[in-house]
Parts: sequence; structure tokens; C-alpha cells
Amino acid sequence: MDLHLLPASATDEERAAVDGILGQPESGWVGGSRTELDGHIARGGRAAREQRHLLLPVLHAVQSRVGWISEGALGYVAQRLTIPPAEAYGVASFYALFSTEPRPKTVVHVCDDIACRVNGAEDLCASLEREFGPPGSDRDGATWLRSPCLGMCEAAPAALVQNGSLAGHDVSVGVARIADLVREAGLGDPSEDDAPYWRSETRLSASMQRGGSAGPLLTRVGKADPTSLDSYRSHGGYEALRTAVALGPEGVIREVKDANLLGRGGAAFPTGVKWEAVAKQPVRPHFFVCNADESEPGTFKDRVVMEADPFAVVEALTIAGYATGSEAGYLYIRGEYPLAHERLRNAIEQCRARGFLGANVMGEGFAFDIELRRGAGAYIAGEETALFNSIEGKRAEPRNKPPFPVTHGVFGKPTGINNVETLLNVLEILRIGGPAFARIGTPDSTGTRLFCLSGCVERPGLYEIEFGTTLRELLDQAGGVREGRALQAILLGGAAGAFVTPDDLDLRLTFEDARAAGVSLGSGVVMAFDDTVDLVDIVLRIAAFFRDESCGQCVPCRVGTVRQEEALRRLADGRSNGGTGADLALIDEIAQVMRDASICGLGQTAAGAVQSAIAKLRLFDGAGSR
Amino acid sequence: MIVLWGSNARETHPIFFHHVLKGIRNGARLYSVDPRRTSSAQWADLWLGLDVGSDVALANAVGREIIAAGLVNQAFVDHATTGFDEYRDAVQPYTLEYAERTTGVPAEAIRELAHAFARADRAQLCWTLGITEHHNAVDNVLALINLSLLTGHIGRYGSGLQPLRGQNNVQGGGDMGAIPNKLPGFQDVEKDAEARAKFEKAWGTPIRADYGWHLSEMFEAMERGELTTAYVVGENPAQSEADQHRAMKLLLGLEHLVVQDIFLTKTAEIADVVLPASATWCEAEGTVTSSERRVQRVRKAMDPPGNARDDIWIMGEIARRLGHDWGDPTAEQVWDECRSLSPMHAGMSYARLEELNGIQWPCFDENDPGAQFLHGRLWLDGDEQGPLAPISVVHHDPPVDELTDEYPIRLTTGRRLDSYNTGVQSGGFSSPMRRGETLDVSPEDAERHGLQPGERVRVTSRRGTVVAPVRIDTGLRPGLAFMTLHFPDDVATNLLTIDATDPKSGTAEFKATAIRIDKLDAPAANGQPAEDATVPAGAGAD
Repeated sequence: MDLHLLPASATDEERAAVDGILGQPESGWVGGSRTELDGHIARGGRAAREQRHLLLPVLHAVQSRVGWISEGALGYVAQRLTIPPAEAYGVASFYALFSTEPRPKTVVHVCDDIACRVNGAEDLCASLEREFGPPGSDRDGATWLRSPCLGMCEAAPAALVQNGSLAGHDVSVGVARIADLVREAGLGDPSEDDAPYWRSETRLSASMQRGGSAGPLLTRVGKADPTSLDSYRSHGGYEALRTAVALGPEGVIREVKDANLLGRGGAAFPTGVKWEAVAKQPVRPHFFVCNADESEPGTFKDRVVMEADPFAVVEALTIAGYATGSEAGYLYIRGEYPLAHERLRNAIEQCRARGFLGANVMGEGFAFDIELRRGAGAYIAGEETALFNSIEGKRAEPRNKPPFPVTHGVFGKPTGINNVETLLNVLEILRIGGPAFARIGTPDSTGTRLFCLSGCVERPGLYEIEFGTTLRELLDQAGGVREGRALQAILLGGAAGAFVTPDDLDLRLTFEDARAAGVSLGSGVVMAFDDTVDLVDIVLRIAAFFRDESCGQCVPCRVGTVRQEEALRRLADGRSNGGTGADLALIDEIAQVMRDASICGLGQTAAGAVQSAIAKLRLFDGAGSR
Repeated sequence: MIVLWGSNARETHPIFFHHVLKGIRNGARLYSVDPRRTSSAQWADLWLGLDVGSDVALANAVGREIIAAGLVNQAFVDHATTGFDEYRDAVQPYTLEYAERTTGVPAEAIRELAHAFARADRAQLCWTLGITEHHNAVDNVLALINLSLLTGHIGRYGSGLQPLRGQNNVQGGGDMGAIPNKLPGFQDVEKDAEARAKFEKAWGTPIRADYGWHLSEMFEAMERGELTTAYVVGENPAQSEADQHRAMKLLLGLEHLVVQDIFLTKTAEIADVVLPASATWCEAEGTVTSSERRVQRVRKAMDPPGNARDDIWIMGEIARRLGHDWGDPTAEQVWDECRSLSPMHAGMSYARLEELNGIQWPCFDENDPGAQFLHGRLWLDGDEQGPLAPISVVHHDPPVDELTDEYPIRLTTGRRLDSYNTGVQSGGFSSPMRRGETLDVSPEDAERHGLQPGERVRVTSRRGTVVAPVRIDTGLRPGLAFMTLHFPDDVATNLLTIDATDPKSGTAEFKATAIRIDKLDAPAANGQPAEDATVPAGAGAD
């Protein structure tokens, strides 16, 4: 490719960061020093272009080493990977964790999303503003920014310290106080305030289910050592893969189909059907992707599992690869989960070293390996085709469907893709058999389900329940609304889900009951709001979230999410054009267009929660509610 | 697999290169053989940067390696070619090691090209002026043809030889007999008495049974005083010929010079008579023939401006004034006459050309669909096969203009995307990419000579001197420099080039000149102050 590079050149540090991922440049043509041989030979073309998928790892390396991605660094990356610099810039500027402008190396990302909002996020932001100045301002090499949901809603308010000066790498901080954040940013005296706070390493046990007994999905959580393969195996690890090998790929698929397992990522597609379709594709190779880009506001279930039971994720993905004839798996984890990433990296390394991944898995004569890919801050990357693009080193923009991933997935090859929780169920299916699994829950919603309880509940955390449990029972397990206050509303299924009211507490939590009630279980979010919460503020935050996270690729979503937020703000401020009714009608119309004409699920669901809030909570019945 | 050998198609054939890019997208591998790492070469899986004029050495080494590795398509060679044994013996000395020494390209890369080409399911070998603008142009072409014959990459879908033409109708010019040794349809003037008789009968005039002169020979004839009058149609030899000083002198020495062109070119400026012609792509009816031998209709969209006239009309009028009334034929009538005399065009009526969106010759009658592959016949049996294809013995012959301590740098010439040849057709349009003439040098040479980008330097060959600003191009290696011919009014590059010419094709060695680069503040070699070393007026500096 004839690249037109800008004159800016990379610093030694930037080059070292890139070379750390790609190795030393092979010739002067890709950024090394020019030798005599370079005058007579150059390699490139397909081999160079096929490295495109390394773009995100390389940008991560530069970002974490230097703190931002300069024009010179981007030019060097473009040269090494044969990517037009404009395209590389398009990718670097797409993801929130990358900065293409100079900024302090240490960045405190403070979640001001809905769960943290009702747990003091705004007070924390105000403290940060006093301490650091406005978002983005540099205080001794550190700054702070507001962030959408960081997936730590059970420990709200939460923060992510990028390149934390104290830790030297990224650190999640739960139940964050200003002193904790100042300390993690490397400012202030570490010994000054040693009162306990939640760093992600220490909070696991606290976020587990607090009432009732753990179900099969969480059986090892808090018991097995998440850093040790031996500990995992002593708790039943890798027995499921043995069973799978004994059954053969078709046998595994049969069990999964018999179990009637439905996908837990939000779409509730039958997992066995998906696996069978991939397995039958004549085109090779096949890929299997684990979608761990959990970014739905209010969702943290996959994070907890990956932090506490990472080997289970690796085993389950291996089984999926085996069943679908895939030799390569990708585990795409959201960029804001440093501990889960580290635990999985360690797990994959150990499994590789011990022959549970590689050319001959467990000596059973099949090959499977997993590449761990870290996202960089983009809600939309959780959409499966956007996730493929992200793995391929592109902007995480969803593709048109069809073709579907089953035939044209990552790298255009047949691809299976499942959410972490979905895969985890396969271990239990193989342990007890598909038919036995199908007897748990209800006939149409088999097995157990992880729910993320947060907001104003007494004991926020991860709860595993059998399908068919009512919302009330689940809420009771979490101790009900905290301080005995009255429940005002529940957000069910996340920002892309819907609000329900105290009248809906007898809803049975199954796919079919949810569908009948016109709501969705989504990613298992149950976020409760008590009577002190300003729900208009919550709805505005949701609207702002979608406006911010829309990838901008298709017009209905790009424009619709902006117009929706504008109309809501007018309603909230009581300054509607042509009266409240006109703006409500406009919101309805926008919702209709986004539902009908958006490329992907983000746009199609971006109006869902807002619509339910207007309809069920009657937020704007008295115009000028604020 | 696509091999671009001596072709920077990305810039010189941008539409063709779109198709190459589509091929690459669909999985084709691209190999580039070129002294410069051009923008085309940057798309290649492997670029082989050979020294200028070492193409035969490289091709023969590739051929030898194909034979040595047992990768010859023996069935095809036995079935359709002659001369294999002689070739095999002749290329014995062209070992990979010899080729590495002679071409500069690492042996391993040559081996890789040989194996990839021979093993490819389908392979295209494309070349442009990097092969033909040498004193041994025909040998270069034959050396490449040999590779296609050895591997059977010819006359099949996706496999073949592609000499990329510089204009939409270069092929048509040759087809119509605008070459010194052929009548229309490649019927030999000297050897084919039957064809000659056919033309004599149709035209009512005897035809001399010997070859005419090609362009370089015409200039030699001018030098000898044997050629005193020239009628130049759509050509600008005053600026496009190598060794421009000499070309200008000879043209000025003619007794009579007629130029027929749509632009007032430098040649037209010194002509005795200028005949303003029509733009054949929009102001005239007719046909053009593309690189793939496809004859296509051209339709008139507008009248030529002012006193400009259709070319057929101009020629007819000249004939009339010379005492021959050819009537007032339409383009179609002229074409139909051609069809009656050139068998390979016989089946191409205007109606069929229209209906089929052009036809690829040969097309012998009105039921003939034309030929998608020119050499598909080689795969057939018996009479249908026709003459066997000779594998030719050719040997390495370095450029005529030798590198010495006095002239240590190899200058090669070429084109850029924004301009065309001497700029007659492209100079009138602005382009954001155009940056004027420069002497492109490698970063190493710039450093060695202490040259800054934009600095004007004196460039001297054994024939002349020009002054040009320096541009640094990382696509060049030490000892290799590059200029274009696009801005002859500013920098007359052809004052430097050598008119060493291939005796068989008549093309001059534009691609290999030995030069020296001097800073302007250094004394000129002839002792004159630097300020005087400017472009001579004769080169059109006015």
C-alpha cells in the first residue's frame, strides 16, 4: 500500500512501545534503519496488511506507555502495519481509552452513570473538581474525566485509574472516595489515609451473592483460587472438557440443544442452534469468540465471573471451539476491566503451558488456542459484528446483517460468538446432561440466571437464581430497598432495557414472562431506585449515554440519539417547543425511526428505556417537572 | 499472481491499476520488479529492486531456477514451443549468485519470484517502458516471454503477458500499419507478396517491397541528409526524443516540416505548416484499439473548434491537392476498406462493434466472436495450433551509457500520475499533485553531496546539462536518480538522455543515463561559471 505518512516521527519511547508488540522492524521500509539491502528488496503486501488486527494491542501499548497517541506514534504504527494514517487515526480516535491529544498519563475515570449517580457520584465529581480542577485539567501529571458505566455498579461510586501512578498500571476502585483516588493517582501521601477502600483485588468476596446459596454458575466463586489452574481443577475444572471429548463435537451440540440453552447476552438466541450452524459451515477456518465486552450500564456479572473464575471461561470457550470445529478463539474483554484481563491472561498462559490450550489440547488430538483482546472503551463494541471489526483492528462499527456471523464473522469466516455467562452454562450442561439442565427453571427458560443488583438495594451484588423466581423474591434476597425506603422504579435489563414499577414486582423472571410483559431481561440488570431518586435525571443520563456511545455510522441512531436527548432536556426544563405534547410526539417518532432503521441493536434499543419511563412512570405528565 | 516488471502502473496506468487492486483484494499476490520502489511496488508482496538495465540477467536467472527446480511446464513446452534445449543451455551461467552480483537483488528473492511464478495457478506478467526503453528492448521482452512459455502462463484465463500501452490507441496505431514493416493487420511489407498484391490492387498503386524507417532511423536519415521532409501527426519529437539537442538540430535542418496536431507543440512551433486536427475521442468518428486488442467505437460528440478539421478530411485534402481524389469517405467507409484488406479485422462491422461493445482481434468473419486470448491457440492441436512459439536465447547486455567516476550516478526516467509524457496533453490542466520537474535522489546521495530538498543543482551527462531542484525520494537507493519528461520547457531532461537505440524496435535507452550532480556554486566541468549552465535556448527555454 502506498502510504502517505506525515512528517512527524515517533519518539524512542513510542517506538519501543510499538516494537514491544510487533518486534523489531525487519527493514528500513517499515521504520527500521535503512540498509543497503533495502535498496534492492522490500517485503510487504498481504503479509503486512494481515497484521492489521494488531492495531488495537499496539495502540494500547503506546497509550499506556506514553499516556497518549501522538501523530508521530500513529505514523510509525501505520508504517509498521501498512495502514493509511488517516484510518489508524480513525481507529485511535474511536475508542474512549485512547487519547490522540496530549494529556496526563494518569487519568482517573469516574463513573457518573446511573448506578453510581444514586450512590454519590456527583459528590465525588465535585470533590475531584476541587482537587484537580475541571475534567481534563492537569494536576502534577494526573487528571480526571467523567465516564459511562464502568461495570462496578455493586461498588458504586466506581472509578478506573488509568496508568495509576501508585500501581503503575490500570486499577479499578470501588466505593471510591476522593482520598482513594488522589492516592491512586500518585498524589498525596500514601500513608496518610490507609482506611480501607475497594481496589478491585480486594472486593471480590463482597460483591458475591449475599443471600441464599450459590448456584452452579458461581459454584467456584470465592472458593477456588482464581490464579491457579490446580485449584480450578481441584474444584471440578476441566471435567466438562473431558466429557465433551467423550461425546464428540456433535454430541456436545446435541446436549446443548437438549438443554434448550438461550443466549444470556440479551438476544436470547438458542445456543445449540448457533453452534450447529457454525459447525456445519464448509468454509474454513472457523472462529469462536467469547464476548466479554460487557458494557451495558448496570451490568457486572461477566466481570465478577472472569475475576473470580477465569479458568471456567477458558474451559467453556475451549469446549465451544471444539464443538464448532474452531481452532482459534478470541476472548474480547472490555478495556475497563484490568483485573479480569489480568486473571484471564494468567489463566490462558497457564492453560497453554499445561496443554489445555494449544496444538493438541489435553492430548486429545484437537487444536485450540485463545487470543485475549482488550477493548478500549466503546459500548458499541459489544455488538457482535462491531466486536469483530474491533478484533480486526478497525473502528467498532456494526456491520449490516445479513450476512450473519455464522457465515461471515471475524475475518469474514464462519464464527460462533457467545456471551461469557452463556458459555459458562455449557460447563453445567455437560456436568449434568442436557435433559437434566432443561428441567431447571421453566420449559422455555432453562437453567439459572445471573442478575446484577445495584442502585438503591440493601445488598448490591451478583445473584444467581433459577428462572421463574419473581422480581420481588430476587429483590428480597438483596435485602430490598436500602434503609427501608419505598421503591420508586426498577430498571430491568440495562440502559437498553425498560423501567418497571413496584406494581410489576410479581413478574416471573423468565424470557417468556418478560416478553409477555413487554420488557426484557437483557443482560440481567436489576437496578432499583428509591423514592428519593430524581428519575428525570436518570432518564437524561441514559439518553446522554446513547448519544455519546452511538458510533455515528447510520443516520437514524446518530441523529436520533441527539434529538431524543434534546427533546428530553426541553421537557425536563419545561421549555418545550409547541408544548409538552409536541416533544413527546417527537420522541415517539424518533424512537420509531431508530427502531425501524438503525443498523444495529444500539440504535434499535436506544429509545426503549426512555419510552418505558415516559409511558410507565409518566415522568412528564406535569410539564416542566424540574 | 501479478508481476509488474518495469511498470509503475499505479501512476502510469491508474485505471488498469484499479483492476490490479481489485485482484489484490481478491487474494492475488503482487510482485514488482523495478529499480525504484514506486508507489506500485509499495503494494507488492515482494519488490525486487534490480539495477537499471539488468532485466535480462534477472529474467534468465528466474528461467534457470525454474528449470533447475523442475518447475517447467514440460507438457506445454513440448506441445507448443521450440528452442527449449538451446535456452536451457544458454541460461546455465545465470545462476542465482551471478544474478545477485549483476542485478543487486538478493538471490533468495529471485528464487522466491521464480518459484512463485512457476507454481502460480494463474500469473500475469505485465510490463511497460521499464522493459522497452532500453537499447536491448526486444531482448528484454523476449526474456519475459520466455518465462511465460516455460511455465505455460499464456493463452489461458488469468494467465498471460501484458505489455501495458501508454495511450488508448497505441495498439490501434500498430494494427493500422503505422509501423515501418507492416501493412494494416500486421501483413509484412517485404515478405508477404500476396498481401502486398492485395493492397496494390485495392489502392491502385504499387507498394515498395522493403521496410521503411522507424523513428530513430528517420533521425539518422536526417543526419545523413537522406530525409529532408517530415509530416508529423500527433507526435512531439522536438521534446520527446532522447538527446534533445540533436533532435532539435535535425528537425530545424529539415527542408520542410508539417505538423498535424490538436496542440501547438514545440515541434509545431518550428514547423513550416501546421494542420489543426480534431480530438479523436470527441470530435471525430472512428475506432480505437486497447491493450487487450479490443476494437471499440469512438463517436463524435462535438464539432472541432475553429479551423480544426477531421484527420480523414485533412489527409484526403492533401491527397486531392497532390492530384489524387479519394472522394469524401466517412470513418465507417475507411474502416470497411480496412476490413476488406486486413483479415484479422474482417468480421468487425460497426454494427457488431456496437452490439458487442467492442471485439478483440483476430475476428475473421461476421460470425467470429473475436479472441479473448491471443495465444490460446498454442494449447490447441494440429492446424488450429498454428506456428509454435520460440523460446529465445538472449543475453545480458548492460546499458550503453557507462557509469564512471566522472558520471557515477544512474539516472532513469519515467512518469508521474499527474502528468503525461511531455506535458502537451496534461500541462494545460492544474493538478494539486503536480510539483514540477525535480531531480529525485536517494537520501544517502543527498547527504553525500550535501543537497537540500528544493536546492537547484546542475545535472550533467555526456550529452548535456540541465539545472533542476532536488527532491529526496526514499524509493531510490544510493547511486540511482530519477527525472520525468513532463516539463521540457522548464527542465529538458532529454538533453541528458542517450539516443542509443534498439536496432529491432527503434526505442531509445531513456531508462539508463549516466550523470553527475554538481552544486550550482561549484565550477562547471568546462570551466564556465555556473550561471551559464542553464537550459540552452534550442530546447525551448523561450
